[in-house]
Amino acid sequence: MNQRTTSSTLSHLDWLEAEAIHIMREVAGQCSNPVLLFSGGKDSICMLRIAEKAFRPGKFPFPLMHIDTGHNYQEVVAFRDKRAAELGERLIVRSVEDSMKRGTVVLKHEGESRNKHQSVTLLEAIEEFGFDACIGGARRDEEKARAKERIFSFRDEFGQWDPKNQRPELWSLYNARSHKGENIRAFPISNWTEMDVWQYIEREGLELPSIYFAHTRPVVLRQGAIVPVNVPLASGELTNLPKAGEEIIDLQVRFRTVGDISCTAPVESDADNVEKIVLETATTTITERGATRLDDQTSEASMEQRKKEGYF
Amino acid sequence: MSTNENYEDHGLLRFLTCGSVDDGKSTLIGRLLFDTKTILADTLSAIAKTSEKRGLGAVDLSLLTDGLQAEREQGITIDVAYRYFSTGTRKYIIADAPGHEQYTRNMVTAASTANLAIILIDARKGVLTQTRRHSKLAALVGIPHLIVAINKMDLVDYSQETYERIKGEYLEFAKKVGIDDIRFIPLSALNGDMIVERGEQLNWYNGPTLMEMLEAAPAAHTEHTEKFRFPVQYVCRPQDSANPDLHDYRGFMGRVEAGSLKVGDAVTVLPSGLSSTVKAIQIGGVDIAEAVTEQSVTILLKDEIDTSRGDMIVKSSEVPAAVKQIEATVCWMAEQPMDRARTYLIRHTTRDSKAKLAAIDHRLDVNTLENLPAEKLAMNDIAQVTFKLAQPLFVDPYTENRGTGAFIIIDESNNNTVGAGMIL
Repeated sequence: MNQRTTSSTLSHLDWLEAEAIHIMREVAGQCSNPVLLFSGGKDSICMLRIAEKAFRPGKFPFPLMHIDTGHNYQEVVAFRDKRAAELGERLIVRSVEDSMKRGTVVLKHEGESRNKHQSVTLLEAIEEFGFDACIGGARRDEEKARAKERIFSFRDEFGQWDPKNQRPELWSLYNARSHKGENIRAFPISNWTEMDVWQYIEREGLELPSIYFAHTRPVVLRQGAIVPVNVPLASGELTNLPKAGEEIIDLQVRFRTVGDISCTAPVESDADNVEKIVLETATTTITERGATRLDDQTSEASMEQRKKEGYF
Repeated sequence: MSTNENYEDHGLLRFLTCGSVDDGKSTLIGRLLFDTKTILADTLSAIAKTSEKRGLGAVDLSLLTDGLQAEREQGITIDVAYRYFSTGTRKYIIADAPGHEQYTRNMVTAASTANLAIILIDARKGVLTQTRRHSKLAALVGIPHLIVAINKMDLVDYSQETYERIKGEYLEFAKKVGIDDIRFIPLSALNGDMIVERGEQLNWYNGPTLMEMLEAAPAAHTEHTEKFRFPVQYVCRPQDSANPDLHDYRGFMGRVEAGSLKVGDAVTVLPSGLSSTVKAIQIGGVDIAEAVTEQSVTILLKDEIDTSRGDMIVKSSEVPAAVKQIEATVCWMAEQPMDRARTYLIRHTTRDSKAKLAAIDHRLDVNTLENLPAEKLAMNDIAQVTFKLAQPLFVDPYTENRGTGAFIIIDESNNNTVGAGMIL
């Protein structure tokens, strides 16, 4: 672990890290039963390092939880399990597929992205464990609904975000109070950008799932996006099958963001280490979500809509 | 070589932009993001599409700060938005506050974390009521640096005379406000003059560009020596750990609100008043020699002192006042007016106390800047009040230390944050 030891001003990464540690400790200090959402993605990997800096040599005062769509990249799922084991922290996994079996998630059609349905499974898990706060790795630079969301964001018992009725948030005085059934979503890296995340990963020497680095995989080009095809699931079954007439090409790509297989697209890249990714991020011409999130492009307000319905 | 070491890091600056859409605030922010290459191609093509849909001739950079669907439907900005850009040497966080009068609370919110404010003036209109209101609020919330940006110079033929006249008008008013450092700059956000590039039209202006001013502005906590203040957030006691060395470990976790601390310093824990010496300072269990302002650390003491969340560790030579009554400037933020008969919760650092209003000394009219007598506090009101407290708080005047001079007011019935206060 690196940190600055003297000099009067904190570097921007030290400042962001200190703010994030402070936020995590506020959650631990104010809430009785919090949980940290950990997907195995780069933002939540940073969150785990922040939690180490916040709470070691003690254990984390919260378990880790992943809402698994059942359509996650195997490399990421394996990394998720490995990282939780290395840290010796408890990992809870709840699956959208279980919600489908219960009948609480109904897909419009078999191929529909399960990403937005994570909200249902998340709310079910919150109820099951009685969590009063969920710590997440969302960033304000990702999307314009997030740009206006509080660091401590209040959700009613349906998990709904009301953008017009948010609690004022001043200085670094956070209000995490809630009644039973309601909960707080806390975002310690709200003020980080994609670049900050990569610089932090580089500085801290954090390990990442292999699909963040340039690799060759079969893809098709669909409406301007690079869509990975024939992706193997843990069961060995292939998902994201190409549509009739689509030409499969082998392309060198990496993922800038990692989520449900059906809605995360990679970018063409030959950046095979963190240093190259930092340089590529500095010179990229496309936003993280613009390049890679097929679900956000559906409508101008889609993230705002999903958040109102309980999404992270 | 690591890319992190490739450039000098000047830390982070948080600033606030005040003004309405009419002053060109959104265009200015759009321009800052655009000229620092923060806007990427897909965002640009999306706003180009929207500009076309709305029948605009050129790409409207102000659309970059276009917000939520709910806001677009009503054609207003309802909340503070945070935006980010970086120059390679410094990271910036912009708090973009809406300008309307009814949103005083948003401006106070946005200002609470800023160390600099840009006040936009439309060169055609000069100093308006709104300009005065924004400046007064910036001063109240303790922003030490102000840039008065006289924008839309392109619409007054880049006239130096107009610029000087507005500057004079503003300085006349500023005497009453009390901000230490005020700078002026002529701009055309629309054409990008004096933002990052100097442009061709303002050659009579010899001062720095807006970006140069931002790059040179002091970051928070760098200008004065401050007293050490460490509110305890959380106590780490890993007794049940398999490691026997940790059985006696008691780490007091928190963020340094002000000042700095070294191993060996004599400290006092409040409210107990018991003293000890700093045995170690750690981050994530790793020793460091010194903790500085805004750093999140864990402090270990030589003696076993019963300490929990809500306590404060200070240097024994700089103990703050413990008070059970506070006088403060309060901004009321809830739709329901403050009820004088009710008890509220005050959250100050990591400490809570029940509080009752003892007196409203006066209310500030944010438009005329006059102090008026007041019986009640409604949303967006700013007033000087006195609270009686159930528990003692360890406070410094807000002007000395924002961290230990600020508090929020919580309504326990619905848990909402209903007000913000600055201790006098």
